[in-house]
Amino acid sequence: MWKTIVRRILIMIPQLIVLSLIIFWLAKLMPGDPLTGLVTPETDPNRIEELRELAGWNDPWYVQYWNWVTNALQGDFGTSYAFKDSVSSLIGERALNTLWLSLFSVILLYLIAIPLGIYAGRYQGTWFDKGTVLYSFITYAIPTFVLGLIFLFLFGYKLDWFPTSGTVDVKYDPGTWDYVWNKIYHLILPGITFALLGTTTIIQYLRSEVIDAKTQDYVKTARSKGVPMKVIYSKHIFRNSLLPIAAFIGFTITGLLGGSIFIETIFGYPGMGQLFIQSLGQRDYSVITALVLLFGFLSLLGSLISDIVMSIVDPRIRID
Amino acid sequence: MQQIEEKTLLQQDEGTPATGLKVVWREFKKDKLAMASLIVLVGIIVVTFVWSFTIDREELMQISLYDEFAQPGTNGFILGADQGGIDILGQLILGTRNSLTIAIAITLITGVLGVGIGLAAGYFGGIVDAIIMRIMDFYMTLPTLMIIIVFVTIVPKYNVMTFVLIMSAFLWVGTARLIRSKVLSEGKRDYVSASKTMGTGNFAIMLKGILPNISSLLIVELTLNFAGNVGIETGLTYLGFGLPPNVPSLGTLVGAASNPVVLENNWWVWLPASILILVLMLAINYVGQALRRAADSKQRLG
Repeated sequence: MWKTIVRRILIMIPQLIVLSLIIFWLAKLMPGDPLTGLVTPETDPNRIEELRELAGWNDPWYVQYWNWVTNALQGDFGTSYAFKDSVSSLIGERALNTLWLSLFSVILLYLIAIPLGIYAGRYQGTWFDKGTVLYSFITYAIPTFVLGLIFLFLFGYKLDWFPTSGTVDVKYDPGTWDYVWNKIYHLILPGITFALLGTTTIIQYLRSEVIDAKTQDYVKTARSKGVPMKVIYSKHIFRNSLLPIAAFIGFTITGLLGGSIFIETIFGYPGMGQLFIQSLGQRDYSVITALVLLFGFLSLLGSLISDIVMSIVDPRIRID
Repeated sequence: MQQIEEKTLLQQDEGTPATGLKVVWREFKKDKLAMASLIVLVGIIVVTFVWSFTIDREELMQISLYDEFAQPGTNGFILGADQGGIDILGQLILGTRNSLTIAIAITLITGVLGVGIGLAAGYFGGIVDAIIMRIMDFYMTLPTLMIIIVFVTIVPKYNVMTFVLIMSAFLWVGTARLIRSKVLSEGKRDYVSASKTMGTGNFAIMLKGILPNISSLLIVELTLNFAGNVGIETGLTYLGFGLPPNVPSLGTLVGAASNPVVLENNWWVWLPASILILVLMLAINYVGQALRRAADSKQRLG
């Protein structure tokens, strides 16, 4: 068990190094340098040269890479030229927002997917099952931004049920219940959009898992002992099918990160995805680089978590 | 009625079982929704491609401020006009054609790359497979969407061609993995060993032996990829990191909705394009599902 986990973590190290090299190379490819915005035609060319030297842009690439990596490991990603703030504190603030949104979405996603998957499998072939299969097909096919825009238009603007941007209204003081509720209120629309679109895999997996379980020996044994069907479903089958679902959490994280770029842009939610799009517009490349690195690291972490949970749940796939 | 149908089917099945297109056709005949999707899809493709020949892009994209946000049905604008007074209907037709053409191009390029790499990895195995697998594993963990966006912003001479190439460079991995796993099991079959003992060359075995045997799977994969590519292209264009702004795309039209005023008041600019994307995605995916069922004898309805 431990051997598998340690090996899996060791595999991650070269992946991280290659990832950081690629991102460093990308950052170097970006047109202009961050000084571009600060320099006016009147600026003394010697002063520009001085600034470049000071920032280390004249060093060979491996020195720059080494400095960048060692700084990044200490949480220092440089300064944002557009926000005039250190990148790490800028991202830290946004990361918390994205974390809340992700947490809310994941809870909602599982609340929708688990009952649908289990009941669809249990009542296989009924209208409920057919409806669920159709639902999971439709949500699989719809692109995030289309559903997001339609929801925002309908529920945000036309029906005016939900706020259309931001995380919290200014009039509430932090720490009060109204404040917390208002925050959740802002999460509902983007959260539902994400949750609806993310359910497909889990529903399909749970459904086929439950259908398979019906003919398994342990279910037959329980039935022959006289355990009521209700209890077999709620205890025996439910537990067995739920464990692998836990393993999806890692992939869900990866999916959330990709989706957050669209969801946060559409719903004007100030998280990391929106920051990424804003920074691209402003050529704020220290922020862009840090965000790509962070997202890359988080998706590596997501697949690591999935693999570890999977190897705990299913001993057959452990690496020897 | 049912019995008669079954009888005729049985008669057909006598001798050799139905193969290829016949199976596919039977699947579509059995599933009304799949048939409807196919008709809608072919309809959209034919209408937009034929209609687009009658539209001159230069003339269409001429800005006329007098017609700014013209309502649908006024001034000869059937679906209204956008911020620059440009006809929505014309943009919709050209946009659909462009989005579909680009998605097809990406699907074909990633298809060729994926099949080539997947075949090589699965057929040769060993060290070739190990290296390719490591590369693909790494690709899978990349934040692909972000890296595509970054590339789009930093490529110097950015045009439609570079966009297609950037997308293709990142989207071949899924197909390659699927083909590899299939070839891995196919390569152990007797007909492959037989060809090897007869001295047939590796390339001939791969292209004439294995490839036809996995073609049904490949068609399903390409159809679903096509749907995915339409989604990614329009999504990126919506964000402003897809097609250049002077090329009409469904994403550009939807992108007008990033302005909250347009989103709330000028729904005719972005809603038709959004609905068209929705219909396209549902139709292509449903056709893909029906093809998948036809390719797998256990899942067939017909």
